[in-house]
Amino acid sequence: MKTKQKRRLAFAAALLAVGCVVAAVIVYGLGQNTMYFRSPSDVAARQVSEGVAFRLGGLVEKGSVQHGAGADTRFSVTDGKSVVRADFNGVLPALFREGQGVVATGAMDSSGTFIASEVLAKHDEKYMPPEVVQALKKSGRWQEGQ
Amino acid sequence: MTGELGQLALCFALALALVMAAAGLAGTRADRAGARAVASSAALGHLVFVGLAFGTLVYAFVTSDFSIVAVAGNSHTLKPLVYKISGVWGNHEGSMLLWVLVLALYAALVAALQRGGARLTSGAIGIQGLLAAAFLLFILFTSNPFFRLDPAPFEGAGLNPLLQDPGLAMHPPMLYAGYVGLSASFAYAAAALLVGEEGWARAARPFMLIAWIALTCGIALGSWWAYYELGWGGFWFWDPVENASLMPWLIATALLHSALATERSGAFRTWSLLLAIAGFSMSLIGTFLVRSGVLSSVHAFASDPTRGFFIMVLICLAIGGALALFAWRAHTLQGGAAFEPVSRETTLLLNNVFLVASCACVFVGTLYPLVLDAINGTKISVGPPYYALTFAPIFFAALFLVPFGPRLGWKRGDLKAAWRDLYPALGLAAVAAVVVLAVASPRTIAATGAFAVAGWLIGASLIDVRKRIGRGRGGARASAFAAALAHAGLGVTLIGVAGTTAWRSEALTVLAPGETMTVGPYTLRFDGVTRERGPNYIADRAHIALMDGRDVRATLLPEHRFYPAEGQDMNDTAIRTTGVRDLYLALGDDRGGGRFTIRAYVSPLAPFIWLGGLVMALGGLLSLWGRLRARPAPQSQPAAQALAAE
Repeated sequence: MKTKQKRRLAFAAALLAVGCVVAAVIVYGLGQNTMYFRSPSDVAARQVSEGVAFRLGGLVEKGSVQHGAGADTRFSVTDGKSVVRADFNGVLPALFREGQGVVATGAMDSSGTFIASEVLAKHDEKYMPPEVVQALKKSGRWQEGQ
Repeated sequence: MTGELGQLALCFALALALVMAAAGLAGTRADRAGARAVASSAALGHLVFVGLAFGTLVYAFVTSDFSIVAVAGNSHTLKPLVYKISGVWGNHEGSMLLWVLVLALYAALVAALQRGGARLTSGAIGIQGLLAAAFLLFILFTSNPFFRLDPAPFEGAGLNPLLQDPGLAMHPPMLYAGYVGLSASFAYAAAALLVGEEGWARAARPFMLIAWIALTCGIALGSWWAYYELGWGGFWFWDPVENASLMPWLIATALLHSALATERSGAFRTWSLLLAIAGFSMSLIGTFLVRSGVLSSVHAFASDPTRGFFIMVLICLAIGGALALFAWRAHTLQGGAAFEPVSRETTLLLNNVFLVASCACVFVGTLYPLVLDAINGTKISVGPPYYALTFAPIFFAALFLVPFGPRLGWKRGDLKAAWRDLYPALGLAAVAAVVVLAVASPRTIAATGAFAVAGWLIGASLIDVRKRIGRGRGGARASAFAAALAHAGLGVTLIGVAGTTAWRSEALTVLAPGETMTVGPYTLRFDGVTRERGPNYIADRAHIALMDGRDVRATLLPEHRFYPAEGQDMNDTAIRTTGVRDLYLALGDDRGGGRFTIRAYVSPLAPFIWLGGLVMALGGLLSLWGRLRARPAPQSQPAAQALAAE
């Protein structure tokens, strides 16, 4: 009986140790790898530091899209209050349009341009990324039924 | 008329589900043989009526009956027939009906096969009746597919073009067969807690296997679809919806292994019960994530808060109820049998620890952003680097241990003999690592390690197969082969994942007609774009020649499609595979003057990712076949031999 109890205790201790290690790994992983969502107003308020990856969301400003050399595209993201210049070298999603919602992943460079590494595809025309809706609501440029 | 017929069939199905629940649970008492008979018949009748309702909906889609909301919102007369049918589950209402249909199928299967003791089976049918009733109520009150439109529109709104694809037509039924299949193990586990009867692990085994096979295929199909359809060249995005299917798979895999120990040596009795509950809970949570609209993605059709709330309540009742039952009754079951530190049980225990831990990583990564958003509105996202840091090493450790399992005896094993047996596999692992270091560029530690582990897994499986030929009989031999196949499949998938991740090359260029680009070893010439007409879309089709010196070896035709009915754009990639390497082309934006952006990838070993999934599923099928062939009771002579052989 004694040995059985001992074994159980050792077993429980081992499981606890494994659990702690896994929890530590998860917490560390989350700390290192979460990306915040920011609106152009947040960027203007200097809430993001240069070189730190984040997700930028808003509307593609009308008349701002310029195709550069190669596959390079420059455009502006706006939430109605502030505007952030963005630069993306890659294939834009099929539904990328001026005046439509967009979410891009990337970081600010030293000149204050957002260097996008990925521009997220929307799955259909009606869909507006919820983060963008929130950003527009915050800047007061969101009308219900939009 | 058809809509009302379907509606009526759903109501009858609900009534029969309640009969199943009442009679099934009453039948857990020894003296209620009559109730047990009623429960079984009700389960079969339930399947008939759910089948009738589903058939009615399919009929409405095929005949384009736009007076039904679900049809009008998701179908179109011009759609090809196969997508009219797949449109049935390409929307919230229809997909929930499919969910219930699969649930009814498993309940009828449980009733028809009558595996395990009469009281146990009856209890399982009762639990499935409760689940079916709850989901039918959900359908009838919040997601009725038979709602009418008056006046009926002349034309339907069409189906999201992304979903108009043969791979995706098959993906939801496959995935549901897996998700919902875990309900059978769940029902058996709950019944075992109720009646305290042993042998549930053996009784539920075929259902676990079917569910696991279907989940494996469903996940592989989904990943394959994402690869060729989304045009980003990736095969897994750690999207919450993908994770929702991965979590039940991880738990189901753990359950398959732990239930084996429960059945063969009596170890992990309560743990297996808990896993069976956890597996189906993951399915329910997955359904909630996907169907409630908390996540916005191509899979999330609904954003109606009442639905989310209803599913949430359902989940709490099912999971909470099962866990309460567990807390109340688990101690009445006999404790697990003891085993030595070096034994097959230990390897299965480690397997379970690693699988559950990796599932926990995925779970936290998936739900943390949702929880944080709910608490203080902070929007964050957790990307692939998190999973590379947490999930990957844990899963890797589990893979390394795999070959030891089948080599150690139950209760007490011989580690030295196992090592000796594995020398050739170790050799193969070393060769794989050396070859990768010598041939590949760039050289990465992760890829080298992955190839070594893949060699280790496949080598060990080959040794298993060689040893088993001519030894053991029937079921035992089939199950050994099955394990070898499934484990080798893991190695194959690992090769594919490591190969594409480490050595994929990418090129992105704007080309005018006549210009060429190179990607990896290939030279491509852009020959312009033509306008093509599909059955329900208009396409810009790029003609891209794969050059061999000055000759054209092949022409690839990636397209950019526009679906007027849905008002949507979509890319259709062109993939040319040699079996060990994919050339992958996607057509990008029109840059004016006949110039287009072309994106090209060369993905070495990509097909192995899905090949491995197929091999794993084949292993599962073989095991299932062995199970269904070997029906005799566990105490009989051949089964005892089988036990010894394993």
